Amino acid sequence: MKFGVVVFPGSNCDHDAWYSISHNLGHKAEFVWHRETRLSDLDAVILPGGFSYGDYLRCGAIAKFSPVMSAVKDFAAAGGLVAGICNGFQILTECGLLPGALIRNRNLKFICRELPVAVETTDSSFTNAAVKGQVLRLPIAHGEGCYVADERTLDELEAEDRVAFRYLDNANGSQRAIAGILDARRNVLGMMPHPERATDPLMGSSDGLVVFESMVGALAERR
Amino acid sequence: MTAPNLPRPPAFTAGTIYNKGLMKARVYVSFKDTVLDPQGKTVCAALQGLGYEEITDVRQGKYFEISIRPGADPRRVEQRITEAAQDVLANPVIEDFRVVVEP
Repeated sequence: MKFGVVVFPGSNCDHDAWYSISHNLGHKAEFVWHRETRLSDLDAVILPGGFSYGDYLRCGAIAKFSPVMSAVKDFAAAGGLVAGICNGFQILTECGLLPGALIRNRNLKFICRELPVAVETTDSSFTNAAVKGQVLRLPIAHGEGCYVADERTLDELEAEDRVAFRYLDNANGSQRAIAGILDARRNVLGMMPHPERATDPLMGSSDGLVVFESMVGALAERR
Repeated sequence: MTAPNLPRPPAFTAGTIYNKGLMKARVYVSFKDTVLDPQGKTVCAALQGLGYEEITDVRQGKYFEISIRPGADPRRVEQRITEAAQDVLANPVIEDFRVVVEP
């Protein structure tokens, strides 16, 4: 499988994602510069963490206008797998591929630590290799990770089984402790915790690997 | 305790030099009432702690001051800036905005 890792000015988890995929997962990964207008022969796209455009205006607000985002939208519309991690999640909500928004953590602090995160659904291309309720130890590292949406949207997410991950320790104060969500067609994932920073025992946890393994499994099934 | 005497920004009147011949659009962005504003809450608590007991709540927002090319039609400008606020300056999922054009 070939993963594309989009690089925006200010991305800083792009290499982590690339390393996880190519070294820990054993699949191909290549960087895609944000000015690209086409995503040729990729099986999946990762929007990595970081501070695209310095988080100016709002996190992800400027990145959504990068040329590559039109291509990512087309890729998602065609059923391609898109995973936005941390800043990538913020970009996906800003550009409307995922509902809701991510605002300042309730305690106003940048939180950088490992948290227990529960897998809420296995009915997705990003969690199919996990067990429902499985607790993953994943790091978070963000100042704006508090997930908010109106009640109707939250109810819809729950009713449609689109909450992919939930915090067991809701450090940022997200509504309904939501850590990751899926789009209606279940091929776009956004999550604030960093699975790519937990793919090797050397990193302290390899629990994040299951997200990438799920993607590989889902892609293999499609072929 | 008295309020700090903060310098005020110069008023926008046709006569001020840096505003000469320029049209300005001002965009005020604020969180929707339903969205929690932890920064505003913290500022509110700080102000109350300083003795401003009459303050009951603070909502923190953003303010954009946009210069417009001279000669533009103010109504068209309002339309365009509203569009820009909707698409870029505010996130309609969590924020409201207000556009004021001053010819």
